[in-house]
Amino acid sequence: MSTQKEVLVDPIFNNNPIALQVLGICSALAVTINMSTTLVMCAAVIFVTTMSNVAVSLVRNRVPTNIRIIVQMTIIASLVIVVDQVLQAVAYDISKSLSVFVGLIITNCIVMGRAEAFAMQNGPWLSALDGFGNALGYSVILIGVALIREPLGSGTLLGFEILPKITEGGWYNPNGMMLLSPSAFFLIGLFIWAIRSWKTEQVEEPEYEISPNAHYKEAM
Amino acid sequence: MAESNDDPGFDKEGLKNVLMVAIGVCLVCSVIVSTAAVVLKPMRLANQELDQKQNILRAAGLLPSDALVDAQGRSVDEIFAEFEVRAVDLATGEFVDDVDTATYDPIKAAKDPAASMALTSAQDIATIKRREDVSLIYLKRTDGELDKVVIPVRGYGLWGTLLGYLAFEGDLETIAGLGFYFHKETPGLGGEVDNPNWKALWQGVSAFDEDGDPAVELVKTRSAQGSPAADHEVDALSGATLTTKGVENLVRFWTGEMGFGPVLENLKTTG
Repeated sequence: MSTQKEVLVDPIFNNNPIALQVLGICSALAVTINMSTTLVMCAAVIFVTTMSNVAVSLVRNRVPTNIRIIVQMTIIASLVIVVDQVLQAVAYDISKSLSVFVGLIITNCIVMGRAEAFAMQNGPWLSALDGFGNALGYSVILIGVALIREPLGSGTLLGFEILPKITEGGWYNPNGMMLLSPSAFFLIGLFIWAIRSWKTEQVEEPEYEISPNAHYKEAM
Repeated sequence: MAESNDDPGFDKEGLKNVLMVAIGVCLVCSVIVSTAAVVLKPMRLANQELDQKQNILRAAGLLPSDALVDAQGRSVDEIFAEFEVRAVDLATGEFVDDVDTATYDPIKAAKDPAASMALTSAQDIATIKRREDVSLIYLKRTDGELDKVVIPVRGYGLWGTLLGYLAFEGDLETIAGLGFYFHKETPGLGGEVDNPNWKALWQGVSAFDEDGDPAVELVKTRSAQGSPAADHEVDALSGATLTTKGVENLVRFWTGEMGFGPVLENLKTTG
């Protein structure tokens, strides 16, 4: 039982795909301007990662090593197209604002990474938990970023006004940078800092050490 | 991949298995994808149509920007039912009857050399390169008199083409509203073309001068109330000079001789 729990919970903080492995950054920058698109994107990634892990795990003993990546890609791409079609049918406005980023889940390194690294070696149930857990880890960071970007950038959260804007008669002057992608970079950096201060074992060894400064007299 | 298959003759890495797995995966996946596409297609098309109707109604000020029903609680379809959709020949200003207005897409037509004309740089103030020969116009009549007229407009801003609708009152000179449903302008600066407060400024602006030429101007400081220029002026967007210029140009283009000028002229005489 403990492995099942580990597989599910570990990726949320201990081995977070964004904060520790630094995967799946591009969509984290693009869709976190407001909370509603973020939530839909997270749901889409949770569905795709879980299902692709299950599917890859089911066929893992049949798939020849030579074409395993293509098989994984085909499965992931099919799932993403299905998600995209469903979104266009039931949540048209949100699918418009997500535009290409739903399609880009195909290239999200987390999905592919879990299929190749975990689902190819483990059974369907464990793979499902792993996919779900990793997508949840991705979602935690995205929701955290959106929770800061939407209020500071547009004065709203999920579309409800929480900081009345000057342009609409309030007092808050929106921070335009929060509406642009780089702000998510800064926020993710701060999250990584916070997580690593809390879980110090995640701090990486420096690749090299700067030698102590040579005394000028030795140089002469 | 630890466990081996029970069948002793099974060669997982062999050509036979490679082909079988490849074909099998492709077949299963294509069935799933095509089923999803076919089953959901009617819903997707209905959504796109509803979206277009919403955009037209919002530009005309008949639908609030954040709701799907108007003040009387009527749905988008009910309000839109009052509109008559007609295809028009932009060069002559005449109605065209042999075009299916439900499926005709003016923007697609503008890319087809047979259904559009190339614009010279002097004509092309909105930077759209080609203009379709036939476009659509949305007419709302009350007791036989024109009440609202909506035309599709587009033009280049700062980062890309803005797509939207421009609505006129029944006199075909007073603007009833302008709204964009697609643009790539900078959020917070040019992106303020979506700001309801700014959009409200367009109501009541007169699109033409005494000679009937396009006269809309986006300005930093409005002329004094009552002066002849003030009727044609809308506030520029601060911090977004190129978007502002783009909006001014596209409104002037589509109300002008190369745009819907002849159509509006024709409508004025025929009603």
